[in-house]
Amino acid sequence: MTETQTGENSVPAPAQPTSPYGVRDQTQEHRVHLLREMLRVRRFEERCVELYSDTRIRGFLHLAIGEEACAVGTMEALTPDDAVVTTYREHGHALARGISMRSVMAELEGKLEGCSRGRGGSMHLFDATTRFYGGSAIVGGHLPLAVGLALADHMTRHHRVTACIFGDGAVEEGEFHESLNLAALWHLPVLFCCENNLYAMGTAIGRSESETDLSLKAAAYRLPSWEVDGMDVLAVEEAAREAAESVREGGGPHFLELRTYRFRAHSMYDPDRYREKSEIERWKERDPIPGLVEQLTSTGALGEGELDRMEADIATEVDDAVAFADAGTLEDVSDLERFVTSGPDDSTRASS
Amino acid sequence: MSKVTYREAMRQAIREALQRDERVFLMGEDVGRYGGCYAVSMGLLEEFGPERIRDTPMSESAFVGAGIGAALGGLRPIVEIMTVNFSLLALDQIVNNAATLLYMSGGQFNVPLVIRMTTGAGRQLAAQHSHSLEGWYTHIPGIRVLAPATLEDARGMLWPALCDPDPVFIFEHGTLYNVEGELADDAAGADITSAAIRRRGDEATIIAYGGTLRTALDAAEQLAREGVSAEVIDLRSLRPLDTTTVVSSVVRTHRAVVVDEGWRTASLSAEVSARITEEAFYDLDAPVGRVCSAEVPMPYAKHLEEAALPKVPDIVDAVHALGA
Repeated sequence: MTETQTGENSVPAPAQPTSPYGVRDQTQEHRVHLLREMLRVRRFEERCVELYSDTRIRGFLHLAIGEEACAVGTMEALTPDDAVVTTYREHGHALARGISMRSVMAELEGKLEGCSRGRGGSMHLFDATTRFYGGSAIVGGHLPLAVGLALADHMTRHHRVTACIFGDGAVEEGEFHESLNLAALWHLPVLFCCENNLYAMGTAIGRSESETDLSLKAAAYRLPSWEVDGMDVLAVEEAAREAAESVREGGGPHFLELRTYRFRAHSMYDPDRYREKSEIERWKERDPIPGLVEQLTSTGALGEGELDRMEADIATEVDDAVAFADAGTLEDVSDLERFVTSGPDDSTRASS
Repeated sequence: MSKVTYREAMRQAIREALQRDERVFLMGEDVGRYGGCYAVSMGLLEEFGPERIRDTPMSESAFVGAGIGAALGGLRPIVEIMTVNFSLLALDQIVNNAATLLYMSGGQFNVPLVIRMTTGAGRQLAAQHSHSLEGWYTHIPGIRVLAPATLEDARGMLWPALCDPDPVFIFEHGTLYNVEGELADDAAGADITSAAIRRRGDEATIIAYGGTLRTALDAAEQLAREGVSAEVIDLRSLRPLDTTTVVSSVVRTHRAVVVDEGWRTASLSAEVSARITEEAFYDLDAPVGRVCSAEVPMPYAKHLEEAALPKVPDIVDAVHALGA
């Protein structure tokens, strides 16, 4: 533990990679792909900030800038048949899962073409085709849901994984403990991924948890659990693959603590007064994107000008998504009460 | 016809559902080995096995949420919560997930889930096992709330509830489980959308549901002896409310008394009263009357509990107070 100057918001030192599996020798091409995915998330969210200032995006907007390695590494480990149940800081999960940037941006702009028809906004992204079950904004409230999805797979002998992603704040909720216990008791195929960014909104983990080693809590429920450097996409992917494969093969629920950090405030409303600027700067030195860029450049995997081309491609994709969202339609107000319950013409549901 | 209890009628309904649809399973606290807190599921574990009759930990939020997730995953769960007071531990799952997912997802994810729970007083179980909070649930858009008050409804409401693509709540009044009567052997598949007129009358309408239906019928019987002809309506579905049946009765009788074991303030009885006022104001000969539980946490002592609950004389007096 390294104390900050104030002591009040003391946080652990940046975690060193501790995955027991080490880093698999992946193809350089795949690493470039991981970089591209992280950059897509980063540039998308940076644009979101502009659109928020421009009032085209409203409500709560929670950015995961700094945490991209967690989203990309975890989603990379899943198959299309797996399910994702996640938290409200989920733009990265949605994009890395394969939901189009257009439909995510349209959702943020509250348009009918959004992945939730503009009903959910930033915190509630849903997509049946990629089995993406939200986007939940009740801290810890989606963990039981993930357990249930896994229960359905377990009872119908589907060998697939339900990935459940949440922050360290969720560990403070009773639903975390109930859910891990139930999943372990019934040996259900859930991959619990805790993105520990050290702050539950503005409260440092040491100020709300009597035991700050979160994987220890999971281990108490007999889940195989380990800590992962959440600022290293290769480490995250490696750990998530190992865990997901074990879950898929009938190993029961697993728990990963992805140690990460958000560079920006909790939400656009947050003045960020509860942590030292120096702490943020220290974590920025471990930014997952420049780290990977440097690695790929030094090994020659990223050729001359390739990063620029990648950036240009992504800028084009973001521009296109914004144009798509801007040109989107507002749902007719006469449909306000549609989908409160299933209507007679809504018979083709995912769970029907 | 055969003689059954409300409990057995409910058990028959669960058994039939398990036989008809392999996606159906029952889970909750002590539903398996114990046989159900109120013995509703007695014997089902032996018949259907532990995969489909699942004992859960005392984790209401987790197993209700797991029911929601399992429904999303294609199953048809019946989740039993021992008593409505315990359901408060799962309110997050019910209000924030079960009732919202279809809407928030823009119509992509519906939740075909049935939640059963015991409600009501009358068994000296005091202030944490006796309340009638079903009215709170009727406040929530996105769910259906049922209150089977008869053997036929105990037997017949579950299957259509399971066929509903959205969450359905079934409130079983604790004093009904031992009620015994004749039930047709093929009594399955009740309508779950409308109220029922349980007794015809033309001078006043008594509106009740669940555990208060018998009290209302007894009151109507006494009123009949006094020469007052009272109609008794069993709401059956508490959300959505069948306002049509209620209003057309009141338009004929010109007087209405709502009986509700819930507290009076901001209650289901208030909602029914408001709807009558909104839709039949000029047909009323008197303001709508209400008979509700006393606004106290339910006391343990028998005489105090009785004093707190709606009783036959209260209903009779309320009807007389309207000039009938």
